[in-house]
Order: sequence, then C-alpha cells, then structure tokens
Amino acid sequence: MRHRVRGRKLNRTASHRLATFRTLATALFREKKIKTTISKAKELRCFAEPLISKAKTDTVANRRLVARHIQDKDVLKELFSEIIPKIGDRPGGYTRIVKLGQRRGDAAEMAIIELVDYNDVNSKVKSPKVKIKKESIQEAQVIEETSVEKVPEVEDATNEEVKAEESFEEEVKTEENSSSDKKEDK
Amino acid sequence: MAHPKRRISKSRRDKRRTHYKASAPTLTACSNCGEMKLNHRACPSCGYYAGRSMFVPES
Repeated sequence: MRHRVRGRKLNRTASHRLATFRTLATALFREKKIKTTISKAKELRCFAEPLISKAKTDTVANRRLVARHIQDKDVLKELFSEIIPKIGDRPGGYTRIVKLGQRRGDAAEMAIIELVDYNDVNSKVKSPKVKIKKESIQEAQVIEETSVEKVPEVEDATNEEVKAEESFEEEVKTEENSSSDKKEDK
Repeated sequence: MAHPKRRISKSRRDKRRTHYKASAPTLTACSNCGEMKLNHRACPSCGYYAGRSMFVPES
C-alpha cells in the first residue's frame, strides 16, 4: 500500500528526478514563468518554494545551500538580489500554477508555473536589455555628432556673426520697401 | 485455474458495451473573450485566466 506517501515519482529514478527539479527550478528563476506538465509543476512548487524561503536570509551558508540546487551563478545572484526583494515579503506561496489543457501528442495536462509579482506576458528580462543597448548606441552617436559639430562652430563663429549682421541689414531694407509699398497702396 | 464455461455472445458483449459512452466536456464562455473554454483552465484563444493574461496565443 502506498497510502499517504508524499510526492510523485514522475517515472524517474531518484537522481533523475532531482536533476529534473534542479533544471526546472533554475529555469523558473531565470524565466519567471515556465510551461510544463501539471504534475511536474506541482512537484516543482514543493521544490522551488523552500529554496526561495531559504534565500530570504542572505548568508553565506544559505547561499551555498541554494547553490547546491541552482547551479547557475547568474540565476543564483538574481534570486538573492532581485527576486527576493520583489516576492520575499510573502509568507510562502511564491508561485502560481494555472492549468492550460491537454497537450497534443500525449494528451498530458499542461500548466504554467510562474513567480507571483512577475505576471508579465513578455518576460521582463529580455526586453529591457534590448532597449538599453539601443539607447546606449543612440547616446554614443549623439555624443559623436556633437563633438564633431562643436569644433567647426568655434571656427565659423566670427564668420557667422558677420553674416548675421549682413542679413539683418538686408531685412531692414526689405522692411523699408514693404512699408513704402503699403503707403503707396493707401 | 477456473475458466469461463461459455463464450460471451456478441449480443451479451455488445449489451455490456452500451454503457461505454463519451461525455461532452463542460464548457463555459470565457469571461475575457467569450470563446468557449474548459473550466479551471486558461482560455486557449485569449490566454486569460481569472482576469489575468497568462500567455499570448500564437497568431
């Protein structure tokens, strides 16, 4: 009898199962929202949420405990520095599972598991990076343009002043002509 | 080992099978887009569940 035996075996050996949960948890912390089967999602909840709880107190020991499972240094840093400030004030329940329906092929029930407070359809991580790159490129171009423009401006400044004076005189002449025209009309 | 005394006739077999029926899934209108969807699942046509967009459908 397997009465009250916790957990799903997922047709895997213990080591295979552990590896599956590690990769799934890493993917969840990296992408904030992943699509998987409902049973894997529900088991992942039992695996990933204690890691988040552990990461709430940032100590070297806790970092090593979590790093045992999250074997991606960038994701580990992000978990402690970005994810925890965002969802760490909750007393558990850091993930949300939404069922999607059956998968074509093997009719497995699929689900989306996501970190709460990260409910954006487009993953936030990817879009700002592109924007920052574009902005930095534009800024660099602007700086280049201004630096190129400034140098000739100084040289032409005296010439421009002369031109400006000439043009001003011309304007005065035209105004006089126009006023004389108006008088003639009257 | 015990064995059946009689072969099950086609009639008896088929009468048993009259109770094997497929049931229609219970569908309700999506609160976001109005398409019919399964209960307790994200809407496959608009990706919404509980007033929240879970995914953007392809196309």
